[in-house]
Amino acid sequence: MTTTKTREPAIRVQAITKSYKDLHVLRGVDFDVAAGSIFALLGSNGAGKTTLVRILSTLLKANTGTATVHGFDVSSAPGGVRKSISLTGQFAAVDEVLTGRENLVLVAKLRHLKDPGAIADDMLARFSLADAGNRRVATYSGGMRRRLDIAMSLVGNPPVVFLDEPTTGLDPQARIEVWQTVKQLAKDGTTILLTTQYLDEAEQLADRIAILHKGTIIQNGTLAELKQLLPSAKVEYVEKQPTLEDVFLALVGDTSDATISAGEESR
Amino acid sequence: MTAHVLSDTGTLTGRSLRHILRSPDTIITTAVTPVALMLLFVYVLGGAINTGSDESYINYMLPGILLITIASGIAYTAYRLFLDMQGGIFERFQSMPIPRPSVLWAHVLTSLVANLASTAIVTGVALIMGFRTGASVADWLAVGGILILFTLALTWIAVIAGLSAKTVDGASAFSYPLIFLPFISSAFVPTGSMPAPVAWFAENQPVTSIVNTLRALFAQQPVGNDIWIALAWCAGILVAAYAAATAIYRKKIS
Repeated sequence: MTTTKTREPAIRVQAITKSYKDLHVLRGVDFDVAAGSIFALLGSNGAGKTTLVRILSTLLKANTGTATVHGFDVSSAPGGVRKSISLTGQFAAVDEVLTGRENLVLVAKLRHLKDPGAIADDMLARFSLADAGNRRVATYSGGMRRRLDIAMSLVGNPPVVFLDEPTTGLDPQARIEVWQTVKQLAKDGTTILLTTQYLDEAEQLADRIAILHKGTIIQNGTLAELKQLLPSAKVEYVEKQPTLEDVFLALVGDTSDATISAGEESR
Repeated sequence: MTAHVLSDTGTLTGRSLRHILRSPDTIITTAVTPVALMLLFVYVLGGAINTGSDESYINYMLPGILLITIASGIAYTAYRLFLDMQGGIFERFQSMPIPRPSVLWAHVLTSLVANLASTAIVTGVALIMGFRTGASVADWLAVGGILILFTLALTWIAVIAGLSAKTVDGASAFSYPLIFLPFISSAFVPTGSMPAPVAWFAENQPVTSIVNTLRALFAQQPVGNDIWIALAWCAGILVAAYAAATAIYRKKIS
């Protein structure tokens, strides 16, 4: 984190507002996201998370304020922004009629990459979809769709990735798979802005967490900083019970290390 | 970015053409209704219709049937566009460095290909049912050109419907009046047999001039002024619908 501070932030949001008639969705949002970090935007439903992501990914224009992504202004240089980002929305943006492989080839072609077929095969292998690659997406499970969705977003290795509630509606295993992907991406230097309404997700993944509430950022800091906002921890003795998630994962036989450590870290 | 307009439009057109290949029923159902109408009019009603010409009835009515084929075919264009808008795929395209017009043009070109396929099927059935023409290659090219222009004009209307519909039903319902329009034209009976106000409407709506032009081309008769009126209608509808569709699209993506 110390090295990234000297670099220009990958995302800079300044005084962004957005209203629909009398409904003020965003009332002045400011934050920076350091390059190569994971930034979680935490908020309940209707807090304005998706609106903000749509503005940053050039799908929507802000009323006032400025935002730059990877050095490009979202309103004056949307083309530059689109070259630098990928968006994974709340609903899997996959073509159900095409096969998984055809979806990936389509994105690779639209990004004008060389050898789209090889890129697609590589992605299928990376996201454990190789066996399902030639099946139509309509036959995929929710978790497979989400994996394909994220794989499509990562074609061409965009430096900035937006993940809008990437694990909403996923089962625990699929959720952990997404988490592992996100962690690996950040390790490779990708900047990630993710929105979530799950507190543990932000806790697990994010270098910084901002809480968006009623259209403004009410807190922004590391997990440790946010925890200091409350009185220091009391020592209590509580019988340690396995959570239902622990039980479920043990029963269905998920043996990946990350699962177990993820379960323990959060306690 | 503009350098990629053609290649991206091509890539996206390939995608939606693949949709049609995977569900060829959309082409077949488009052709079924016009073929059924053709059977009905030729073998049931046609015998009682006096067209006032020596032409066989199937020769008389094929131009109108072709227009009905296109009018029902474009409902699928609106439907496919609507589904794209509903799913996340549209937003994915919008957040990628794809020239904005490419996304719409891909649907328009796909519509053109699908409708040409449907009209070819209907024409094939008409040939089996006894449709005959001595039209030259140039006449056929003229027929094809007018049908392409008509398809493009209606397709841009379908784009308006696909972009602005709130439900799947709404996305395709707009085509019903268009399918009905040929019935109140010279497509099936001469307009002279209609009551004066209806005849006036029939004489002055776009379908009649287009039908008369196609019929004259098939029968190798002079097209007269009809071809210019037909072209003017098609071009006018095309320009107006294109302007409206792109305006709605721009509003939608900003």
